[in-house]
Amino acid sequence: MILRALDLRSWIFLGVLFAFTVAVPVLNLAMEPGSSAHLPSFAVSLFGKYLCYALLAVALDLVWGYCGILSLGHGAFFALGGYAMGMHLMREIGPRGVYGDPVLPDFMVFLNWPELPWFWHGFDMFWFAVAMALFVPGLLAFAFGWLAFRSRVTGVYLSIITQALTYALMLAFFRNEMGFGGNNGLTDFKDVLGFDLQSDQTRAGLFVASALALAFGFVLCRIVTTSKAGKVMIAVRDAESRTRFLGYRVESYKLFVFTLSAMLAGLAGALYTPQVGIINPSEFSPANSIEIVIWVAIGGRGTLIGAAIGAILVGIAKTLLTGLFPEFWLFVLGGLFVLVTLFLPKGVLGAFGALSAKAARRPAAFELKPREAQP
Amino acid sequence: MISHKSTNALLYLDGVTKSFDGFKAINSLSFMINKGELRAVIGPNGAGKTTMMDIVTGKTKPDMGDVVWDGTVNLTECDEADSARLGIGRKFQKPTVFETHTVEDNLLLALKDERSVLATLLSSRSKAQLARIDELLVLIRLEERRHELAADLSHGQKQWLEIGMLLAQDPQLLLVDEPAAGMTDEETMRTADLLKEIAGDHAVVVVEHDMAFVKALDCRVTVLHQGAVIAEGSIEHVSADPRVVEVYLGR
Ligand SMILES: Nc1ncnc2c1ncn2[C@@H]1O[C@H](COP(=O)(O)OP(=O)(O)O)[C@@H](O)[C@H]1O
Ligand SMILES: [Mg+2]
Repeated sequence: MILRALDLRSWIFLGVLFAFTVAVPVLNLAMEPGSSAHLPSFAVSLFGKYLCYALLAVALDLVWGYCGILSLGHGAFFALGGYAMGMHLMREIGPRGVYGDPVLPDFMVFLNWPELPWFWHGFDMFWFAVAMALFVPGLLAFAFGWLAFRSRVTGVYLSIITQALTYALMLAFFRNEMGFGGNNGLTDFKDVLGFDLQSDQTRAGLFVASALALAFGFVLCRIVTTSKAGKVMIAVRDAESRTRFLGYRVESYKLFVFTLSAMLAGLAGALYTPQVGIINPSEFSPANSIEIVIWVAIGGRGTLIGAAIGAILVGIAKTLLTGLFPEFWLFVLGGLFVLVTLFLPKGVLGAFGALSAKAARRPAAFELKPREAQP
Repeated sequence: MISHKSTNALLYLDGVTKSFDGFKAINSLSFMINKGELRAVIGPNGAGKTTMMDIVTGKTKPDMGDVVWDGTVNLTECDEADSARLGIGRKFQKPTVFETHTVEDNLLLALKDERSVLATLLSSRSKAQLARIDELLVLIRLEERRHELAADLSHGQKQWLEIGMLLAQDPQLLLVDEPAAGMTDEETMRTADLLKEIAGDHAVVVVEHDMAFVKALDCRVTVLHQGAVIAEGSIEHVSADPRVVEVYLGR
C-alpha cells in the first residue's frame, strides 16, 4: 500500500527531508560552536517550526487541493493541538513556577483559582496530551463538518463559516475565564518528558520529531490520495453533483478528509508549541488561516509536496523580511499571492513540473494523474 | 395511494407537482416506465423534462404526488446517492465527466462496486473490473484514449464517456438528458443505435429535441408541455396529434 502510494517525486521529497533531518542536528551538535560549519541553536528550532508549518500546509492541501474544500479556519485546528501540548508543558512545570504552587499553573494562582478546572486533568500525562492534540481538533472538525457538509454548505459560504469558527475560538481563548491563560496564553515552559527545552539536544530532538511527523503526514496523505477514495475526492472537487449521481455519499468523503486533515493540523500544532515556547490566542487569528492557504497556493495546490515547499519558502521569506522591514511583510505576502495566482496558477511546483515536462516532452498535467500500479 | 397497477412498472409517477416560486414546472404529471423499455420524452424548452429527472433522482423534492420505484420504494424520500444505489443512472444535459481524471478512471469510479469511504480506501482494481472497462471502452469507442484526461476529449466524446459511465453503473434505469446536443449527425445516429442496444437489458428514458434522433430511436414517445403529458404513443401518433403540433412541432 505504501509502495504503491509513493512515486518518484515522493521518494525525492522524502530523501531530501531525510538528508535535512540528519544534517541539521549534526551541524548543530557535532560542530564546534564558532566554526563556520556550526549551525546556531536558534536555527534548529526555526527549521523545526517551518517543518510544523509544512505539515499544516500538507493537511490543508489534502482538503483543499484534493477535495475542493477551501478551509479558512485550519489555523484553529493547529492552535488547538498547540494548546493541548501547551497544557501538558504547563503541568510539567510543577512547583517550579513563580508562585511555587505544586499543581496550579501560575496564571491560575494569579487569578485566585482554588483548584484545577476539570478539563486540565489528565494533561500531566504526555500521552494524554498527544491524544488530545489529535482528538480535540478531530472532534471539532467532525462536528463542524457533520453540520456543514450534510446541509450542503459549499464554496464561499463554507470558507466564510470556517473563518468565523477560528475567529470565535480566538475571542473565546482571549477570555481569562476560559482557563487557557487568556491574552498571554501558555508560556514559560521548562521541559518536556524530563528534557530541558532550552538544551540543544532537546531542540534537535524536537526538530527530528517534526521531520518525522511531516514524513508521516505526507505518506498518509499520499496513501489516501492515491487510493480509490482519493479519486472520489478529486471527483468531488471537479464535479460534486456528478459524484452524488454515481452513488457516492459526498458528505461522508468530505467529513473523512476534513477530520483527518484537522488531526494532522493538531499534530503540527503540538510539535510547534514546545519549539516556539509559547501558544496564545493570536494563533487563532483569521489572518493565520489565510496565510496557510497562501502557502499552499504558492507551492502548488493538489500536490502535497508543493504545499510543504510553499510553507517552508514563505516561512523563510517571512523570517528574513520581518527582520529587515517588518511593516511590509503583509504587503509582500499579498503581492506574492497575486503574482503566483496570475503567473504560476499551479504554484512553484507546477511551474517546475511544466518545465521538466517540456524537457522530457511529456504532458504538462502529469502531476494530476495518479500513478499507474497493478495490484 | 400506490395502486396495484404500479407493481409491474419500474418507475411510476402519479399526480406529481412541483412549483418554483409559484410557477408550476411540473403540473400533475403521471406516467410509467416498464422494465427494459426504451422511451423518448420530447417537449419544448421549459416543458419540465429536466425537472422531471431531478425529481426521479431525488435532486428535487416534489410538492405533491407519488414517485414509486419498482412498486416498492418511495423515491421522494431518496437523495441522489440513494437513487443511484437503487439502480437509477443519469446523464446530464451538459456533459459532466471528471475532467482531471483519465478516461479509465472515470469509468472505474462509475463501475458498480462498494461506495463507502472505507471500501474505497482499501480497494484495488480487480481483473474483472479491468475487463469490464475494456468492454465499455470498445462500446463507447474510446479505447485509444484510455489513459488521456477526460478534459482532452471532444464534446461528443465526453457525451459518450458519460454514457459509458452510466453503463458502468449497470443501472436498471438510465435517464439520458439530451445526449445528441452538440454531436455531429453521424455521432447522433451512433448514439441512437447505442441507446437502442442498451434498452432491453436496461430501461432507458431519453429526453431529446432532435426529431431525426427520436425517429431513429423508434420507440414510444411521451410529449410534455407545461409540466404535464399531452400525448403519448408512437412518433407517428403523437406527430398527428393537433395539440402536439400546436405546442411543439408546428413552431
Ligand atoms: N431550480 C429551479 N428554480 C426555479 N425555476 C426552475 C428550476 N428548475 C427549473 N425551473 C423552471 O422550470 C421550468 C422547467 O425547466 P426544465 O425542467 O429545465 O425544462 P426542460 O428541461 O424541459 O427544458 C423552466 O421554466 C425553468 O425555468
Ligand atoms: Mg432540460
